[in-house]
Amino acid sequence: MSEPLTRTRLIRTLNQTIRILLMLATTFLGLLLITFLIGRIVPIDPVLAVVGDKASPQVYEKARIAMGLHLPLWKQFLIYIGNVVTGDFGTSVLTANPVIDDILRVFPATFELAITATIMGILSGIPLGIFSAVKQGSFFDHVTRVIGLFGYSLPIFWLGLLALMFFYVRLDLLPGPGRVDLFYEGIVTPVTGILMIDSIIAGEWEIFRNAVYHLILPASLLGYYSMAYLSRMTRSFMIEQLRQEYILTARVKGVKEWKVIWGHALGNCAIPLITVIALSFGSLLEGSVLTETVFAWPGLGLYLTNSLLNADMNAVLGSTIVVGAIFLGVNLFSDVLYKVMDPRAR
Amino acid sequence: MMTNKTLKTGRMREWLRADTPDSAFQAWSGRAYLGLLRFMKNRLAVLGLLIIVALIVIAVLAPVIAPYDPVETDIGNRLQPLSFTHYLGTDEMGRDIFSRIVFGSRLTLYIISLVAIIAAPVGILVGTVAGYFGGIVDTVLMRITDIFLAFPKLILALAFVSALGPGIENAVIAISITSWPPYARIARAETITIRNCDFIKAVRLQGAGALRIITGHIMPLCLPSLIIRVTLDMAGIILTAAGLGFLGLGAQPPTPEWGAMTAGGRTYIIDHWWLISMPGTAIFIVSLAFNLLGDGLREVLDPRSDN
Repeated sequence: MSEPLTRTRLIRTLNQTIRILLMLATTFLGLLLITFLIGRIVPIDPVLAVVGDKASPQVYEKARIAMGLHLPLWKQFLIYIGNVVTGDFGTSVLTANPVIDDILRVFPATFELAITATIMGILSGIPLGIFSAVKQGSFFDHVTRVIGLFGYSLPIFWLGLLALMFFYVRLDLLPGPGRVDLFYEGIVTPVTGILMIDSIIAGEWEIFRNAVYHLILPASLLGYYSMAYLSRMTRSFMIEQLRQEYILTARVKGVKEWKVIWGHALGNCAIPLITVIALSFGSLLEGSVLTETVFAWPGLGLYLTNSLLNADMNAVLGSTIVVGAIFLGVNLFSDVLYKVMDPRAR
Repeated sequence: MMTNKTLKTGRMREWLRADTPDSAFQAWSGRAYLGLLRFMKNRLAVLGLLIIVALIVIAVLAPVIAPYDPVETDIGNRLQPLSFTHYLGTDEMGRDIFSRIVFGSRLTLYIISLVAIIAAPVGILVGTVAGYFGGIVDTVLMRITDIFLAFPKLILALAFVSALGPGIENAVIAISITSWPPYARIARAETITIRNCDFIKAVRLQGAGALRIITGHIMPLCLPSLIIRVTLDMAGIILTAAGLGFLGLGAQPPTPEWGAMTAGGRTYIIDHWWLISMPGTAIFIVSLAFNLLGDGLREVLDPRSDN
């Protein structure tokens, strides 16, 4: 490869990186603007909340200046950006902790749930999608489509309650709400915050087993939604690939059928599938709000709803920003991976 | 009499399927007829449509169908199981669950139609303006759209509801604010393919202004794909609204909103299964119906799925 060619490629890559980063920055700024404005339209007067409604006008004015509320809006916004970027989301009214500390404490629980669910979704949804694409129009295909359709139509909180009612109340097969039995709570010192890993580190196998049992129901619930989405997308990607002529060529050449499907066709679906998986991970964060409420799972979703019900605005907006940032990060990750893996996208 | 009628329908069909229609109306009717045939072949989509029609009928006739007042409490009859006097049992306040679900259909329809009425016009306006003018207008509008698209809908809706306060109207506003961006995207894509067509140039040569071209000539052409998308979104809107209701941020008790009813039944999950099962089933059936209908409409109206 000649020298000038690599240089132009380098410049192009650099250009693209800058463009992506710029887009990311504006999107994040947009999110901050939204949360800032939401914080402004709240009918609760933040100064009154601090000084109480019996304060004299002088005290009120002093507090207002101390909180920076006398500044013009754009200046307040700049200060807000500065705070958020340095990880200062204010203090939670409910827990009296800095919001960022609360979020860091509860997030691992959500991560544990979402990542388990994603893995379950990938392991079940992608094979289902492949089989129903291969056997298009068969009974199996119809069943898969119905399962997928139900996933798009069932309210997640309701399915969660039904699952609890059935597996916990009726059959007593699986434990009820929470991350571990009350009995085991607080024994393991958090290292990663992910209970399954922490209990292994501590050598507490009893707790590990208990934590896994607790995880099964909520993770399968979220995993089902992930499966519904992934199987549907995989099916349509695969059908499109299997129609292509290179598949026919491979078959004519005598390539084994399983290799045509799992090697050739699936290989070409891999890249769009990554994007879809990233998207489904994002929507799991969303689904986890309702799931965590149903299962009393002490993660970000439960923290968010508790703050919501107590009008704890700093905590609500802080959680919103964090979830939004994760969403952006996941999208960026899939974009980059896409560029790395697909030579046409370079 | 009989033969006359069959003759008439036969001629009607001939007129509809004519290869060389005499008028624009005939051509349009013919296309609509073929679309209808395709739609009718999709049994599940027809089922979805029937369920939605039934929902509308139930909502309109709610006072006639419901045997009891949906909010009237009757503590003496609380937590009754299913019976012939209370088809779906009663809840913790002795309210008849069947009547509450029947009246709840009104709220569901109210929410989805309001969201559609607010979000679809906003989306179509932003999308057509961005697509028609292009350049800096396009960049700015689409950047704003992308910002809204980049974040999970439910979380954003939650943040808005927390600021506006709980309540069904605020839930509708919050869902609308988070629902318009995909419509803007679709409208923009359609506009870009249309804007350089000869017929637009002809209208422009006749002296039509941008406003007239956008509202009179571009928007109507964006409608079919938008309608499909809105129908497909209805299920999601119902689920989001029910989720907000479940979290206590949507309709407030004693309003018979299905999500809020499910939340109310949580405490009684161990011995009184019907409290949570019934409203959830209603949500499921309605959102399933919208999904079925949306899929069917997409197959009929989307030219790409022709083969």
